Amino acid sequence: MSQDVKVYKCRKIVKGCAEGEAVVSRDAMCFYLTDPETGEVIERNHAIHGKSIANKILVLKSGKGSSVVQVDGFYQLWVKHNLPAAIILVETEPVIVSAAVMVECTMVDRMEADPYEVIEDGDHVEVDAEKGEVRVRKKAA
Amino acid sequence: MFLTDEEKRILDGSEGPGKQKAMEMLYALGLTFDAEKLIPVKRAHVALSGQEGDTYWCELLVNGGATCAITPTTNPYWDTCYLTKFFDVTKEELDLANRTGEAYRKIGAKLTYHCAPGLSTGVPFFGEHIAYSESSATPYVNGALGARSNRESSISALAAAVIGKTPYYGFHIDENRHGHLLVEVEADLKDCYDWGILGHVVGELAGYHNPVLRFKHKVNPGPEDYLYFGAEAATSGAVAMYHMVGVTPEAPTIEAAFGGGKVPSAAAVITDKDLKDREAKLTPATGDINLVMLGCPHYTYDQILEIDRLFAGRKVSHNTAFWILAEAGAVELAERSHLRQKLELLGVRMVGDTCIDEPCWKSFEGHLGLTDSPKCAYYRERRGQPFAIRRLSECVEAAIKGRID
Repeated sequence: MSQDVKVYKCRKIVKGCAEGEAVVSRDAMCFYLTDPETGEVIERNHAIHGKSIANKILVLKSGKGSSVVQVDGFYQLWVKHNLPAAIILVETEPVIVSAAVMVECTMVDRMEADPYEVIEDGDHVEVDAEKGEVRVRKKAA
Repeated sequence: MFLTDEEKRILDGSEGPGKQKAMEMLYALGLTFDAEKLIPVKRAHVALSGQEGDTYWCELLVNGGATCAITPTTNPYWDTCYLTKFFDVTKEELDLANRTGEAYRKIGAKLTYHCAPGLSTGVPFFGEHIAYSESSATPYVNGALGARSNRESSISALAAAVIGKTPYYGFHIDENRHGHLLVEVEADLKDCYDWGILGHVVGELAGYHNPVLRFKHKVNPGPEDYLYFGAEAATSGAVAMYHMVGVTPEAPTIEAAFGGGKVPSAAAVITDKDLKDREAKLTPATGDINLVMLGCPHYTYDQILEIDRLFAGRKVSHNTAFWILAEAGAVELAERSHLRQKLELLGVRMVGDTCIDEPCWKSFEGHLGLTDSPKCAYYRERRGQPFAIRRLSECVEAAIKGRID
């Protein structure tokens, strides 16, 4: 990657390395309210309603909602290969963590910079949970 | 995080892959939330659902040789014997339901099939450390009863039941139970429906923080009121602990609710208008209805009695179905008191052991339904049935007319 890549420290929750295009949600999410076939968020009035999270790097406020359908939401996206490539959590919450552990979806939190300040939709982001790093290349202006 | 030698052996796989998976889950959560150790629990509630994700996890553990160290209570999927008399399901849907029951029987769960264990099927003591999943059950046991549970997922609660332990973090620790934000409530709370709408507003304000509610008017909430409040606060947000000043056991005073620390200024003042506005925002739909669905969370016997009183002998419209989903014990009581038979003559049916979010209800999809639960509406939306939301008395009137205006 070129010099315009910024590197931020973070903490590993679920192991793995992934890269992709960023999707930024300022709302917490219930993964059950996504379409497993496309990864599209179908919850009305949601910050990223209509956007797909499939194979993206998802910057996410937190998890919310039922303690069981969150797990099924992750599972259904997993079997259809439409989970996010990695999730950067802003506020960490146990249900979303356990769902990610079950399907081994790469997850980090405690980014040293506010992810909402430094990552926007369309940026290219690498998440390296093992090294505890998030690398961000801004999209072309 | 400290693990005993025995816990390390389980994590290494010496006691089989099932227990290893369960321990991996507890260990990952413990590390994430900086737990110092695992602590023993004697009660767990598993929000089994008959959904593939959850059944997959139970089978993974049980096929890996794990059984439960403590017998957990369980959430419902659906009563396959009774409901297949009314509704068609595919072979795959029925197979999944049967697989779920079989997996949970094998792992050694207590098949209570009830989503509000804190009301009857698994009532913890004040201060007891437990692992309860089901988003509506966790705030109930923490807030209303003063037991200590984190917001467990179905899979972390099952892991806790298999190991008999849970990581010591979060709501198990005194200081994490203190309030974070103050909400002044001026609204008049007439029945559990209003408590639910209040919960929906508070959940959005609080996120996963602990709200402290102070009431302008004296309140005297019953089990259903607490249940509706917590269910909705955990639907619009992730509330797992709350205080009600002068009402709930850990909030004798506002200072106590905030842990003896500084009492913040009010984050919000909630009035009757706020509840009205929320109701309007949640329920844009009107028109003919093909279903009234009640019991998310499960109805109690008292709520079934209230339905009988509200119908006063009138009948459900011929083009509308009326289903009450209740705790099996409540259905049994209704049977014994002949309330069930009486309501059936009016077109009102009830079923135990069953959740709203199951494939047996699909024949109603594509048309408008009506419920008293925003949580029901929220989760049914994914299955393609829009719901209007009204209080029970209005649901009954709409059922008689077959439409909601």
